[in-house]
Amino acid sequence: MFNDIFHFLVFPGLLFVATVGGILAWADRKITAMVQFRKGPPSLQPFYDFLKLLLVKETILPAKGSKITFLMVPVFSLFGATIAGVLILLPSLNIQTGFSGDLIVIFYLLAIPSLAYMVGAMASGNPLASVGASREMKLIMSYELTFFLVLSGIILKADMSIGINDVMHAQSQSGAFIGSLSGVILFLVAIFCLQAKLGLVPFDMAEAETEINHGPFIEYSGSAYALIKLTKYIMLFILPAFIAALFMGGLHWQGIDILWSILKILAVVVLLTLIRNTNPRVKIHQAMRFFFIWMNLFAVIAIILGMFGI
Amino acid sequence: MGFKDFIFKKSLWLFHFGGASCNNCDIEILDCLTPRYDVERFGMLLVGTIRHADVLLVNGSINQKDKSRLLEIYNQAPKPILVVAIGACGCTGGIFAEGNTFAGPVDKIIPVDAYIPGCPPKPEAILAGIMKLLNK
Repeated sequence: MFNDIFHFLVFPGLLFVATVGGILAWADRKITAMVQFRKGPPSLQPFYDFLKLLLVKETILPAKGSKITFLMVPVFSLFGATIAGVLILLPSLNIQTGFSGDLIVIFYLLAIPSLAYMVGAMASGNPLASVGASREMKLIMSYELTFFLVLSGIILKADMSIGINDVMHAQSQSGAFIGSLSGVILFLVAIFCLQAKLGLVPFDMAEAETEINHGPFIEYSGSAYALIKLTKYIMLFILPAFIAALFMGGLHWQGIDILWSILKILAVVVLLTLIRNTNPRVKIHQAMRFFFIWMNLFAVIAIILGMFGI
Repeated sequence: MGFKDFIFKKSLWLFHFGGASCNNCDIEILDCLTPRYDVERFGMLLVGTIRHADVLLVNGSINQKDKSRLLEIYNQAPKPILVVAIGACGCTGGIFAEGNTFAGPVDKIIPVDAYIPGCPPKPEAILAGIMKLLNK
């Protein structure tokens, strides 16, 4: 019981994922600045941002809107992201999570933050937030099917086992999945799904700063927005960790493997940031067509290749 | 300087309110975000909504129609908020001070924490004003 609470709150739970996520958020901003030939923010900037929003700023509630839903949404999104992080990181510490099929559970938990943002935007009663929520909904409908196809491909390659432990075990037997052709295709598709899940630039139409002013988050201020920021930091850590576990042989915490784990996560984050910095924002119907037709097609091709063992 | 004050000054997010501006100050403000001056070094970001803002940048002359909007924006902002008046029009009214639609310089409508004069102020002047605000 005490162990469970420790796992959830400290390591590898809330405190750990939030700290690492903050560092990765700084890396994201620093790489962005370097791509644009700027100097970039100081290294503790994400923590300054979070603490300022949490401690200093006032939280404003919408006058015309559902106040309780509005305030519960950041808490729900933080819980969803944290539990998903715990379930992703526990197998890499060699701790059995106690059930098989945790891939499916993680898939649902990773969807909670996006759904929560949508509910919060609807509860805020702001028209621009509603536009953002509608775009977020369309985006969720487009990428969730693709993400599930990617997971199916992984499950197929891991001999029909639906647990992160089994997937990592299968990779230690036969080499990382990214080493095969079908693995590379699935990895590329998964990277685009991550981009949409994180709301980074080619697919950031839900929170487009320049046209609908941060979309779903337009009414959030103070500590409620601080929790949303924290969720975003956590998602920036656990989604690359999930990809590393599925494609790159997983994360390990003994000896020299610590360095490899850090490099794997950094590589995925750098890839995401570079895609974000070299692409324009697409329209929502372009994003839907991109996922429905092209990404699903690639995922299906990869699954067929995987059936032949290529 | 307490902890809260330190954190607040390390992460100022800017919201830009342009009154009846001639656009020169707007462009000079945007210059501060470009590679040459880069205010993100001090943790500053331009945000799109007043709910996230810590600093309200006001430029341009404020006329009768802008006045109510400026007041509404200021009242919607989460406190604490700093207000910076940029340019001759924001500070004093400039050449529009005698006009019949002019509703007074910014500090007659809302409290102002820093003034950056100039028509338009150079980005260097805006950075100097920001440093004065941080060391205040």
